[in-house]
Amino acid sequence: MDAATITTWMNEIAGAVRAERDYLIQLDAAIGDGDHGINMTRGFDAVVRALAQEEDGTPGKLLTLAGKTLVSSVGGASGPLWGSALRRGGRALGDAPTFDDGKLVEALEAALAAVVDLGAAVLGDKTMVDAMDPAVATLRREVDAGTVLPVALRRAAEAAEVGMRATIPLQARKGRASYLGERSIGHQDPGATSTALIVRALERTVAGSQ
Amino acid sequence: MAMRKFLNDPEQLVKEALVGVELAHSDLLRFDRENQLLISKSAPRQGKVALISGGGSGHEPLHGGFVGVGMLDAACAGEVFTSPVPDQMLAATKAVDGGAGVVHIVKNYTGDVLNFKMAADEAADEGIKVEAVVMDDDVAVQDSLYTAGRRGVGATVLAEKIAGAAAARGDDLAAVAGIVRHVNERARSFGIALSSCTPPASGKPIFDLPEGEMEVGIGIHGEPGRRRAPLGTASEIAELMVEAVISDLKPASGANLLVFLNGMGGTPQIELYLMFAEVEARLSKAGYKTTRSLVGSYITSLEMAGASLTVLELSDTTTALWDAPVNTPALRWGV
Repeated sequence: MDAATITTWMNEIAGAVRAERDYLIQLDAAIGDGDHGINMTRGFDAVVRALAQEEDGTPGKLLTLAGKTLVSSVGGASGPLWGSALRRGGRALGDAPTFDDGKLVEALEAALAAVVDLGAAVLGDKTMVDAMDPAVATLRREVDAGTVLPVALRRAAEAAEVGMRATIPLQARKGRASYLGERSIGHQDPGATSTALIVRALERTVAGSQ
Repeated sequence: MAMRKFLNDPEQLVKEALVGVELAHSDLLRFDRENQLLISKSAPRQGKVALISGGGSGHEPLHGGFVGVGMLDAACAGEVFTSPVPDQMLAATKAVDGGAGVVHIVKNYTGDVLNFKMAADEAADEGIKVEAVVMDDDVAVQDSLYTAGRRGVGATVLAEKIAGAAAARGDDLAAVAGIVRHVNERARSFGIALSSCTPPASGKPIFDLPEGEMEVGIGIHGEPGRRRAPLGTASEIAELMVEAVISDLKPASGANLLVFLNGMGGTPQIELYLMFAEVEARLSKAGYKTTRSLVGSYITSLEMAGASLTVLELSDTTTALWDAPVNTPALRWGV
């Protein structure tokens, strides 16, 4: 995998969040202020533009640039959280022009660690971590077991979606949804939903390049 | 999309509105288009501690309407209900720094806290002393390990005025930050919504409030409250608000209070004065003395019908700072 992989992934994400923009707004309206779809679309559109202007970056540099762009364009909590995630992921990829399955897992583990460090959410808080943690854990397990990457990513994306749906019965302990207390129960978390979209976008990216 | 709004392109609303603020108040402030900031024309003042705040748009006049003399030196405007990004707060900090440091007044929302923190770190890297104070005066949320903490609401307006006066009279960085903290500690707020609101970019009300119901314990971003209840009379609602605020604040017996009855944007002034009368009746019955008041829509949630009560237990110092001259689009006295 190389720089083109990162660019394609970011483009896939932008397309996915735009397609699901209204759904993300609706989820966020139920337990928040209804801007998640707007923010994520704005952020990833900015990422696509920024990456298009980078002539010859390494995958690490592009992922870091994506992170910085998100911080500067998204606002809300998602900007710093996804921004830090991708910056740390980019740093983990280093300077090399290509990266393998193992390096990809390291980058995603670094991304998850950044989110947990910054937001202090744990599994069960009804946040993006509820989708991201199972996705990364699944990918690590599959890649270590020798599963080919497209299959490993498919399983990771499924795990993200299971985690996303598992947020429905939870009471939010972080973010705007936590102000609602018990009223947050019964609604799927928008952050976990966009996270699942992001993992599926990675699956499509790798599958498409095979 | 049957919104009853004055609107061109929803994506340009914030920018276009800020152009209007600058045009209407060009004696007091200027609009930095690149960074989406409103900056006082009297900033920077060498040797004066500068004060900035910011947050999502949709709460006007908070914060941009409080930029001028004697209150904020700059306000950072995010998209509607979305916190601004660190680049904005960093640019604002640099624009207003007069060498005595900058206080960041940050409302306690995850996005605001994270974005302001990133900016403060970068400002520190560039050698500017920043002290951030987080406002968390809303009593509707239990402050616990299991929530994102209490929201920063009405006390933010009071803190910006009172600390703004402290900075104007020459207090140092630690003292100004200390005054913000003091206001946060001695003020509590509680809000009720009688309607939802419709962010222009989404085109739909955030929640559905059926006839005859009200949302109790709201924030300022249009999110649902802690619970829904049958719509009460003004008297019943005032009872609820006063009880929630006073039982948490516990002012000293016979204390002097600043009572701020705030409109959420969609409630007419006549109703706000009715609510103030109801609140006042209860506070004076409980032996408190309301020596200062503010009644109007100062920290809003677009066109939401509703009101919030903020009560600040005053000291001689904070009373004098409240009375000090201020010249901003939204608050103006003593000039």
